[in-house]
Amino acid sequence: MLLETLLAVALLGAAVVFVAPNRIAGKLAFAISLVPAAISLWLFAAFDGSGNALLEGDLAFESQMEWIQFGDYAITWFVGVDGISLPLVVLTTILTSLAILSSWTPIDERESQFYGLILFIEANLIGVFVALDFFVWFIFWEAVLIPMYLLIGIWGGPRRKYAAIKFFVYTNVASLVMFGAFVALVFGLGDAVSSFALPEITDAMINGDGVQTALFGVDPTTLTALVFVAMFLGFAVKVPIVPFHTWLPDAHVEAPTPASVLLAGVLLKMGTYALLRFNFTMFPTDVIEPFVVPIAAIAVISVIYGAMLALAQTDLKRIVAYSSVSSMGYVILGLIAFTQFGVGGATFQMVSHGLISGLMFMAVGVIYNATHTRMVTDMSGMADRMPVAVGILIAGAFGYMGLPLMSGFYGEFAIFFGSFGSEFLAYAPVFTAAAMFGIVIVAGYLLFAMQRAVFGPYNLETEYEVTRAPLHDIAPMFVLLGLIIALGVAPELIFEMITDAVDPIIANGGDL
Amino acid sequence: MEPIQLPEWTALGPALLLAATAIALFVVDSISPRSTNRNVLAGIATTGSLAALGVAVWFSMAGVGATGVDGFGVIELFDGQFVVDQLALYFMIIVAVVTALVVVASYDYMAGHTYQAEYYSLVLLAATGMATMAAANSLVTIFIALELASLPSYALVSILKDNRGSVEAGLKYFLVGALSSAIFLYGISLVYGATGYLQLGNIASVIEAGDAAAYDGLLGLGILFLIGGIAFKTASVPFHFWAPEAYEGAPAPISAFLSSASKAAGFVIAFRVFTEAFPLEATAGVIGIDWTVAFVALAIVTMTVGNFAAATQDNVKRMLAYSSIGHAGYALIGLAGLSADGGELVMGAAMMHLLVYGFMNTGAFLFVALAEHWGVGRTFEDYNGLGRRAPVACFALAIFMFSLAGIPPLGGFWSKYFLFSSALEAGLLVVAAALVINSALSLYYYSRLVKAVWIEDPVLERDALTQPTGLYAAIVVAAVMTVVLLPGFGPVVDTALEAAAAIV
Repeated sequence: MLLETLLAVALLGAAVVFVAPNRIAGKLAFAISLVPAAISLWLFAAFDGSGNALLEGDLAFESQMEWIQFGDYAITWFVGVDGISLPLVVLTTILTSLAILSSWTPIDERESQFYGLILFIEANLIGVFVALDFFVWFIFWEAVLIPMYLLIGIWGGPRRKYAAIKFFVYTNVASLVMFGAFVALVFGLGDAVSSFALPEITDAMINGDGVQTALFGVDPTTLTALVFVAMFLGFAVKVPIVPFHTWLPDAHVEAPTPASVLLAGVLLKMGTYALLRFNFTMFPTDVIEPFVVPIAAIAVISVIYGAMLALAQTDLKRIVAYSSVSSMGYVILGLIAFTQFGVGGATFQMVSHGLISGLMFMAVGVIYNATHTRMVTDMSGMADRMPVAVGILIAGAFGYMGLPLMSGFYGEFAIFFGSFGSEFLAYAPVFTAAAMFGIVIVAGYLLFAMQRAVFGPYNLETEYEVTRAPLHDIAPMFVLLGLIIALGVAPELIFEMITDAVDPIIANGGDL
Repeated sequence: MEPIQLPEWTALGPALLLAATAIALFVVDSISPRSTNRNVLAGIATTGSLAALGVAVWFSMAGVGATGVDGFGVIELFDGQFVVDQLALYFMIIVAVVTALVVVASYDYMAGHTYQAEYYSLVLLAATGMATMAAANSLVTIFIALELASLPSYALVSILKDNRGSVEAGLKYFLVGALSSAIFLYGISLVYGATGYLQLGNIASVIEAGDAAAYDGLLGLGILFLIGGIAFKTASVPFHFWAPEAYEGAPAPISAFLSSASKAAGFVIAFRVFTEAFPLEATAGVIGIDWTVAFVALAIVTMTVGNFAAATQDNVKRMLAYSSIGHAGYALIGLAGLSADGGELVMGAAMMHLLVYGFMNTGAFLFVALAEHWGVGRTFEDYNGLGRRAPVACFALAIFMFSLAGIPPLGGFWSKYFLFSSALEAGLLVVAAALVINSALSLYYYSRLVKAVWIEDPVLERDALTQPTGLYAAIVVAAVMTVVLLPGFGPVVDTALEAAAAIV
């Protein structure tokens, strides 16, 4: 019942904060958010699962209850964690607490509603990672949209209305495509499954005969392939990868800082997590095989194109936003490599990118709070006035570039290592080499921006007095930096449990 | 202990309680005419509707009218003129829920109105008619119940006598209603002419025995006319055009009442008449066409017309009115899918949708009532920025809108999903596709209202808004139920499927 407690605390907390007076909402929300954070750390310490949740692994903290029986299919309340989902749960709870701290300064109207929505998002994000029944998962997955839509729409920047609706339409249409595809898959499996529990469906796909029933005149093999493609596209929008990425910069730039932190830190991981859980775990390798090269190509294009787009930006927030497109490309490459280090590294990179991009958005947010501009061209020599905030921004940038002893290095290294030697992916060395080139561009645009904005003589055209940031803005960034370095120095903290859960997926591929 | 054996007539308890409440209100009115003591009047009406709800829930849970259990079974009253089965109780629950919400909300909305007692007793009388419709088992009792529900409704729509819109809406509603009643009655007479019976079961036996074969055209025409009457009551194409006018002009709680309870009552008639009186294959053998075809066409056209029209509205109440037409189209899937095996799944899904709809749609119209109470205008723009002044009510509104659109974390998602999956299983690919496309489209205009209250800046600055107790209570209860129906949907599914399986 621990996972239920986790969800309940966040949900009830959201309700309490929503009706609390604005004056105390921020502090109350922070205090409440510490409870899920503490519980998730305790879960992390007491974790005793092994294997993959979908592949007959030993689940930790699982619970399953009957919910609805409609026709031939049962829908159950089924939650539990394995080595892939637990690190993401911990990432969510910690990042939420820190995001709440970082919003004390910028959020100055309708506070109780703002913090209520943040806690509501947290609950749903946790739910996405712990759910093991398709419907439970889908409900949490969709429930994330509404609060994020409101966060961007109410507290966002000048073009918030456009950005909010674009975010909502893109991700909702994608969900619809994915939902339809998955339901078709379950119907296609026919009598082989009697519920929407993901492990049961996976078992029918991998160990059973797979889809045997033709639906509406589509033969089973084609149907399986179509479902794979439709689900991939559905998740690709969420990740996002080129060419479905255009909602991301708008949403990021217009969203208030704390929402950006959660958006980049956790929401994007929903897409890659779902890709790993559904597309690359549930489908036998012979279904995936024809799509390997196109997916790898899209991944590499995302890496390079995303980085090039970032290179062309002058808005700090846009730079960080586009670099997320690039980083997510690495994750896709690692997943499609289908090796222990590739998939494990991709999962590690999800956590690592969550921490680093969260840190970057916070640092940009702190600078914006003081200067009210984010344009690289408008500022110069910021290090003079805001040494601590800028120092952290630089540290985050180096983390992005993959400086050894920071988590970004280990994640990217494992991905490249895994994908270079992949036998599943044709032309693996070519793809890997091309993707590695992305690192050069990343270093290029980050250093370029740093040099323009941070160093040199102080010069800022603004009527605002630029002062040092308060402690509650700085402290969360230090926590994140500490975590980034900790994971960089000792990646086995989470990498062991990740590989433990990844190995069964790789084993499905047989002698690849 | 020996279970207490209630006399059989008590099975109609929910309807009788509603009728008794209406009469009690008349008594109060005759003792002190023109009473404006709304505590007493609304109190009696609320107590009565809640009692009816409680009894209906109790009966339903106790298995009154349940089939397949020893010692239970469908209860037939007055030689089968009325039946009380799980289907009847299920729809009595919907009617009672909506009545209770509307009555509680009217406490504030009708404050200061001259005809308080008349208003409440008319609402209760209409509710009595609707509850009776749920149990009526013969074309005559169905027609009488239908008129009992309709006549008070005409008066209720135009009860704001000084308001031209209200009076005009009442007149339009009455004229279209009278016409469709005539059509329905004519349909009854044709069916009677073809089969010689009015009781649903007897009609079915005549058709199955092949005795109606000589009157195939008569019977077919009669069925067509019955469909017309039902289309009026459920606000479906082609008799839907009264709905936007009537809902817009009527007092908002009455719009909520008509669009939720009256629609559900219309559907229970449709479900019962077409499953009990016109068995699919035998009827198709006589009239030469499968009547589900008509409902397939009606479902698709109704949901499409409703949604496209709703998307173009600037007036919130009209948008909700057209959306209610769209939802009638969704519920019609329940009849469209009956031809396949597992027809009870389709009909069960439609019944679930009507229950969820009873909460979310009533809640949405009650929010409009709240806005009218505040004196906010009628268009989307007038609603801009209300979220700043009344966060709780606007939060509830967001719940209703997203639930109506069928977004997952709310009850509306389940019923729409079950409609979708059962339509697929029944092989109605086109209908399922229309459902998905229309739901996706509906998100546009539902989210527009959420955007207006939460995201847009107010056009004019408002002072703090009042928080009328009754309206707030009704809205919050409806919102809570819409949310609670997500985790608590299991029992609803079981009840609805059981009720549907008994008559399909």
